[in-house]
Amino acid sequence: MNRRKKIEETIFRIITGFASYSLIAILGFIILIIFIKGFNALSLEMVFTPPRGGFYYGGEGGVLNAIVGSLYIAFGATLIAILLGMPAALYLNVHLVCYKRTQNMIRYLLDALWGIPSIVYGAFGFTLMLFLGMTASLLAGIITVALLITPIVIRTFDDVLSTIPKGLHEASLALGSTRTEMAFKVMLKQGFPGFTTAVLLAFGRGIGDAASVLFTAGYTDLIPTNLDEPAATLPLAVFFQLGSPIPEVRERAYASAAILTIIVLIVSLTARYFSKKYSRSNLQ
Amino acid sequence: MNIKVSETATEQLVIAPELKLKKQPSILRIKNLNVFAGNHHILKNINLEIPKNRITVLLGPSGCGKTTLLKSMNKLTDLYKELKVSGQIYIEKDDILNTNKNIPNIRQKMGLLSQKPYPLPVSIYKNVAYGIKLKGVRDKKLIDYNVEKKLKEVGLWDEVKDRLHLSPESLSIGQQQRLCLARGLAVKPHFILADEPTSALDPVSSKIIENLFRELKKHYTIILVTHVLRQAQRLADNVVFMNYGEIIEQGNPEKVFKYPRSSQMKEYMVEGN
Repeated sequence: MNRRKKIEETIFRIITGFASYSLIAILGFIILIIFIKGFNALSLEMVFTPPRGGFYYGGEGGVLNAIVGSLYIAFGATLIAILLGMPAALYLNVHLVCYKRTQNMIRYLLDALWGIPSIVYGAFGFTLMLFLGMTASLLAGIITVALLITPIVIRTFDDVLSTIPKGLHEASLALGSTRTEMAFKVMLKQGFPGFTTAVLLAFGRGIGDAASVLFTAGYTDLIPTNLDEPAATLPLAVFFQLGSPIPEVRERAYASAAILTIIVLIVSLTARYFSKKYSRSNLQ
Repeated sequence: MNIKVSETATEQLVIAPELKLKKQPSILRIKNLNVFAGNHHILKNINLEIPKNRITVLLGPSGCGKTTLLKSMNKLTDLYKELKVSGQIYIEKDDILNTNKNIPNIRQKMGLLSQKPYPLPVSIYKNVAYGIKLKGVRDKKLIDYNVEKKLKEVGLWDEVKDRLHLSPESLSIGQQQRLCLARGLAVKPHFILADEPTSALDPVSSKIIENLFRELKKHYTIILVTHVLRQAQRLADNVVFMNYGEIIEQGNPEKVFKYPRSSQMKEYMVEGN
């Protein structure tokens, strides 16, 4: 290798390496700041108790209401999104597989839906909620977040399914499988590891989004026991507490953010564990 | 002038061992098959008769329409909406091309072996069991028995009997190809449509597949697509040479290979050898 090429190689490696590591550094930095700023407020009380009187002025209590509310909303919305998204993604890849134009048009529309800011979903969800005669509630929050993340679920499932080689379609159809048998026994199995990542992405977006639940889920210090009761959420807990003039309360905002991050991390690791356990290379 | 000479020579041909095979009635007849992709005429007026329990080799350069012809036979052309298919394909008396009834049944009659093996994302055992279950068998013992039988039929049983519940990814490509063949045989086809089944395999695995075909033709009618002249010479009982979507020559391999009439076939034989 001559000198010029060596220099080229080095520069290329430095640029690509810098881009990768700086991103990791930024991620680390964000987590570090959240934990340092919220460290004093992070306690078992913060995680396991709902707010008590005077909580928002630095009084006793925790954000259990928001943790539970967020988990309810994120799990509920993810479930709905999977129930809607899985059939839609299968339709795109099983029945529309030979109609490239329609397929691409639907993909384009879904991408547009993906790109709509969540506050717009919030506003839409709010209108829908009033139209249906509902008040701000857990259910309204779940529906709005589901609307927000369904396009993500469909497009990511779709991406997974569309990488399944056409030869495998042909092989299973040539055996005399119907399209339904092909979809359930071949494609879903083949795509399984990829679906986990898709669900995680949707769940992460759902649990972390503040704007869509701002008008629709409301906010309360109580833990919701029913779908028609309002529910607090962690992103809003961060939002409200961060605006406080009292330093202790601002610390709690960071602690809430840290809890949110930890939840996403736990869900992500669990999902990855199960995805690996049941993936193709590890059949039993 | 040359051409004339070879035609007379054909008639005086000493009958080769292959020719001694009893002439078989044709089981599959293709009439006036035309396939268009937009303005591109992929298959031009194909007329073909496939003899029962013989290996018919579709030979020709890449892109000559061999694979499309094969895919018309099990209606996989339906998956490509851009393809316009016309003509008739008869299995016995049924025209399979112009029917929408019971497509899975038609496809089950035509076992497909593709260029690359595509095992299903389940264990080795379940790959074969999948085919058996498609035939409506539910009894566990019967499935076990048939899985073993089909794996033995392709000579894979001894190699995999201790790891039936592992992923097919643990097998070599050649073994995977035989697994796919076993899976295909499990749905009790009448035909085996093989689309360059050895092109991804090493010579040893290819030879195993070729030997299998010689055995399997006792029970199945095999249609083999290949661009490898030597493979065609080794296996064919009936050869169909295609170029640019047309059948250029067809018939007994002894005749076709020894005394090719068309310049295209002659050229292909020179290049291929």
